[in-house]
Amino acid sequence: MKKDFRLTNKKQKRLEELAAYIRRDLIETLVEAGSGHTAGSLGLVEIFTALYFHVLVHDPKHPEWKRRDRLILSNGHCCPVRYVAMAHAGYFPKKYLMTLRKFGSFLQGHPEVTRLPSLETTSGPLGSGSSQAAGMAYAAKMDKANWRVYCIISDGELGCGQTWEAFLFAGKNQLSNCTFILDRNHIQIDGFTEDIMPLEPLEEKFKAFNLHVINCLGNNIGDVIQAINKAKDIEDKPTVIIANTIPGCGIDFMENDFLWHGKVPRPGKEAKKAIQATQISF
Amino acid sequence: MQQTKHVKGLNPDMFLNRNALHKDKLAYIASRDGYGDGLVEAGSKYKQVVVLCPDVTESTRSSDFKKKFPERFIQLGVSEQSLASIAAGMALTGKIPFISCFAAFCPGRNWEQIRTCIALQKTNVKLTGSHAGLSVGEDGATHQMLEDLALMRVLPNMTVIAPGDALQTKKATLALANLKGPAYLRFSREKSPAFTSEKTPFKIGSAYVYHFGNDLTLIATGLLIYEALITAHELSKQGIQARVIYCPTIKPLDKKTIIKAAKETGAIVTIEEAQIAGGLGSAISETTALTTPVPIEYIGVQDEFGESADTQTLFDTFGLSTSSIELAAKRVLKRKYNERVDDIIEYKTVAKKYKQEKQKKIIEEALNRTPKKWL
Repeated sequence: MKKDFRLTNKKQKRLEELAAYIRRDLIETLVEAGSGHTAGSLGLVEIFTALYFHVLVHDPKHPEWKRRDRLILSNGHCCPVRYVAMAHAGYFPKKYLMTLRKFGSFLQGHPEVTRLPSLETTSGPLGSGSSQAAGMAYAAKMDKANWRVYCIISDGELGCGQTWEAFLFAGKNQLSNCTFILDRNHIQIDGFTEDIMPLEPLEEKFKAFNLHVINCLGNNIGDVIQAINKAKDIEDKPTVIIANTIPGCGIDFMENDFLWHGKVPRPGKEAKKAIQATQISF
Repeated sequence: MQQTKHVKGLNPDMFLNRNALHKDKLAYIASRDGYGDGLVEAGSKYKQVVVLCPDVTESTRSSDFKKKFPERFIQLGVSEQSLASIAAGMALTGKIPFISCFAAFCPGRNWEQIRTCIALQKTNVKLTGSHAGLSVGEDGATHQMLEDLALMRVLPNMTVIAPGDALQTKKATLALANLKGPAYLRFSREKSPAFTSEKTPFKIGSAYVYHFGNDLTLIATGLLIYEALITAHELSKQGIQARVIYCPTIKPLDKKTIIKAAKETGAIVTIEEAQIAGGLGSAISETTALTTPVPIEYIGVQDEFGESADTQTLFDTFGLSTSSIELAAKRVLKRKYNERVDDIIEYKTVAKKYKQEKQKKIIEEALNRTPKKWL
């Protein structure tokens, strides 16, 4: 069966609703875990919803299906949002979200592919996702396979030389089956990216590395899907989508505050306030 | 008289906290805090000290240095490989660079740069690995650096230090600023018992007898020295007198103290929060094998990766806590007296079994808390 990648208004509305539920469940998951990375995870809710529920050619019941699209999360610390989206998509029962960061769980603090194969790679230390994505895309081209590689990277990890080494390789080999989605949220642990290690002008940098560049609003599902669909039409270059996201998106008191990078809402008042902010009543 | 005086008990010349053996009466301070304090003092004492940091300023407790000496603090973003070489360049121009980083990324990420630009060139760079060992807890295996001691110990010209508490880490930091040459300092995020005092000695290259005993020797590096001390105290109640050697400098090793202990006690247990391959245990074995071969048991991570959990759970289930050390001590004593021991090593199997039980329990408890809407 051929998958329809067009986005109807009805489908978009459904995805937006789903994203709201994922956002709420994400908060509950983080509160239960007691530690983890909140801001980055919240900023990626729409991107993961778009990927798992519209873009990816995949089968949650057969995660090792050979012709699946590969989704790599290079900035592994944002794994909670991926876990929640995967639970919604049917990769594992939702109740396992309660085990995040707990002893013996397949939902480790940083994602580990040996414990949950559908994660595709193990990540956390920044920079190695883009190289692994390029490796997969190169192998797919060797095999003349049709599946695509999507790799989410953070702006903080653009500080890693390895990321740029991967771009050089992807550009050289015209890995058009590889789409990098840059979570451009302007924050990293120590502060704002432009203070820590300025990245701008970013678009020009990517272009100089022979990447096709598309800008989008990363917290707008329609915009994200449109950007990804456009990337698929580019035949001679890998694409990087600069997804402008809001760290802490959807929770008013967390938005754009880098202090929420590496902590979670405390149980009780703070957790309640965060859940209320997701505006899902139940 | 002298002999009996030194058969058991704490060594008074070490000036440990008088409540050293009473865990609940001690303050708990993270060794990274000691590093932060040491950096500020080193910065005041030596104008050439500069701090280079790849986006982990607060986590490595480098913020006080940054505040006090903003012009000597250099932010590099997430670029540990280039950072190691930049530090080498600065050292070659007369600075004393301290690299404030997580052990997983320095030396985990930038080992070749360290090998060539720092160790081989003998540049005066001080590498630090915060958040080392299993005790980084919930972050899981990617961030639980267990191979750093091995990675750094194999490098010629490198000094390798893993202090036992915050105050010792502070002293080590200061000592490193005054040492000419490459060095690696390992410390932790987790709060741990502050059991030494201002008067407790620290010298690079020295190992110290913290507890007297002639039946066997427990040799520990890093935070686990405290567990070793507690184990010795427990063993002493059972009539077994263990010597405890605190060995913060893994390289260069204090061979004199180690060989003396091997000769006098005839049995050794090494204890470290790292892979047993290549670290303290290996260093001790390599030393004693050539001079005074004695039975050795290795407490450490047994060739496996860590995982997410709280620190105490990890220590208990990876065989790093007092009960495991005690089992290892009893096994090595049997070997010393040529008694029969099992081929199956109990201190490993007991921890493994406990790990399985604990995981099952924790996951079951978590699942029982599932909100109704998720079922």
